[in-house]
Amino acid sequence: MSSFLQQLVLGLLLGGLYGLAAAGLSLVFGVLKVLNVAHGQLIMLGGYGAFWLFALRGLDPFASLAVVIPAALVAGVILYWALFGWVVRAPEETRVKNSLLVGFGLALALEAAAVRLFTADERSITTGYAGAVLSVGGLAVPVVRLASLALALLLIGGLHLALARWRWGRAIRATAEDWEAALLTGIDVRRAYLLAFALGTALAGAAGTLVSVGYSISPSIGLEWTLKALIVVVLAGLGSMLGTFVGGLVLGLAEAVSAAAFGGPYREVVGLVIFFVVLVARPRGLFVR
Amino acid sequence: MLEVRAVEAAYGPFLALSGVTLTARPGEIVALLGPNGAGKTTLIRCITGLLRPRAGAIRWEGAPLAGVPAHAIVERGIAVVPEGRRLFGAMTVEENLELGAFAPRARARRTARLEYVYTIFPVLRERRRQVARALSGGQQQMVAIGRALMAGPTLLILDEPSLGLAPRIVESILDVLREINRSGVSILLVEQNVQAALTLSHRAYLLEAGRVAGEGSAAVLLEDPRVRRAYLGPLAP
Repeated sequence: MSSFLQQLVLGLLLGGLYGLAAAGLSLVFGVLKVLNVAHGQLIMLGGYGAFWLFALRGLDPFASLAVVIPAALVAGVILYWALFGWVVRAPEETRVKNSLLVGFGLALALEAAAVRLFTADERSITTGYAGAVLSVGGLAVPVVRLASLALALLLIGGLHLALARWRWGRAIRATAEDWEAALLTGIDVRRAYLLAFALGTALAGAAGTLVSVGYSISPSIGLEWTLKALIVVVLAGLGSMLGTFVGGLVLGLAEAVSAAAFGGPYREVVGLVIFFVVLVARPRGLFVR
Repeated sequence: MLEVRAVEAAYGPFLALSGVTLTARPGEIVALLGPNGAGKTTLIRCITGLLRPRAGAIRWEGAPLAGVPAHAIVERGIAVVPEGRRLFGAMTVEENLELGAFAPRARARRTARLEYVYTIFPVLRERRRQVARALSGGQQQMVAIGRALMAGPTLLILDEPSLGLAPRIVESILDVLREINRSGVSILLVEQNVQAALTLSHRAYLLEAGRVAGEGSAAVLLEDPRVRRAYLGPLAP
């Protein structure tokens, strides 16, 4: 029983990162109507950013968020100008299709570049406190992962507030709901697209940093993270960042339950089953009215 | 003042407007009448910058609007209440209204404008914390008009504001439009309800199959047998 609870705790902790990974994808998809399948590769690069800052400069991975997030923001702006800004010029119906092509190409290029630059080795950040564990009623809670969950929640909360209160945050929400109406109320929709994409990339960078400290990274983890994020987006639906975060927690828990019930190899299956069931039964997502 | 000169517009191979010319002078209420598919909404899309005309010119206060992005046209003083209202349904009434004053110039005066909108539509003040999609059709139309007014326009364009509303609500909305016009805002009104549109407006254009089929003062058109037969029906009083 206690080992089952232990699995649930670990699932929940991992789920927080699923939520953070999905938030960026959800924001970009909801606002630009563009599916960035290279989102996982952006997470991977964020992880390498934190890894090298730690390996070469000795920068604490949590502190490196202060470097990785702004750098990812800038990378997002460049990617938008170079690639995705062209995709959104197409009519809405063809955007997803075009973005898939652009995204897969980008994913392959980023993955190949990462293998070239960083080798295919698996890496993770091992800090002095990496092994620290918090004991709660017989359950072992890894401190690093707990801190990651808390930071993920903080970032999602911050994003939620920004979208609710900030002038451009509201513009982003308006654009997501009806870009033509947004344009007619005087919102520069292209700029809202750029901001949403840059924010989505920044979230990917943050997620990658947290993955590299609590788990491990390698050039090939991108696809897996894109898939997890996609499952969460389908599960939670578009439009609510807090809902997306909860969706991530649900996926983390569900994976832990199925791993405990059916054994480790079935861990990945449950996500796809959830994906399928939600798409059939409630295609708008669980948390969308 | 708005000048539309020989505007031609197309969706792919389909020519929606061919050589449309019309003007709206300061302080005027101009009605744009015509059957479905005549090109009324297309013309509005051209004026508001959502669709680029294939030929012809649209000038606003003396300057051409060609190449001006839609969001910048709002800032120059043309605001539109789109067909079907197009509110941000998941946002509150007040958020919708505040988004109307998004452009920097309008933003500076948004507190005063919000007060003005709440004065002409007192019910919106009561409903300001509710999400827009929870409102009745008439109230949603008020939000749509309020959102456009928040931009501080000198020309207000309305595309079918009475669509799907009860006659009593339409009546009160037309009254408000008259009041808005008296405060110095020109109005370009696209309306299916020809009788109401002609009663409200000073001048009107008849659009048919993408061309201007007639124009004149509203009072004259209201008595024109062609108009009466085509739009008001044989039994019209």
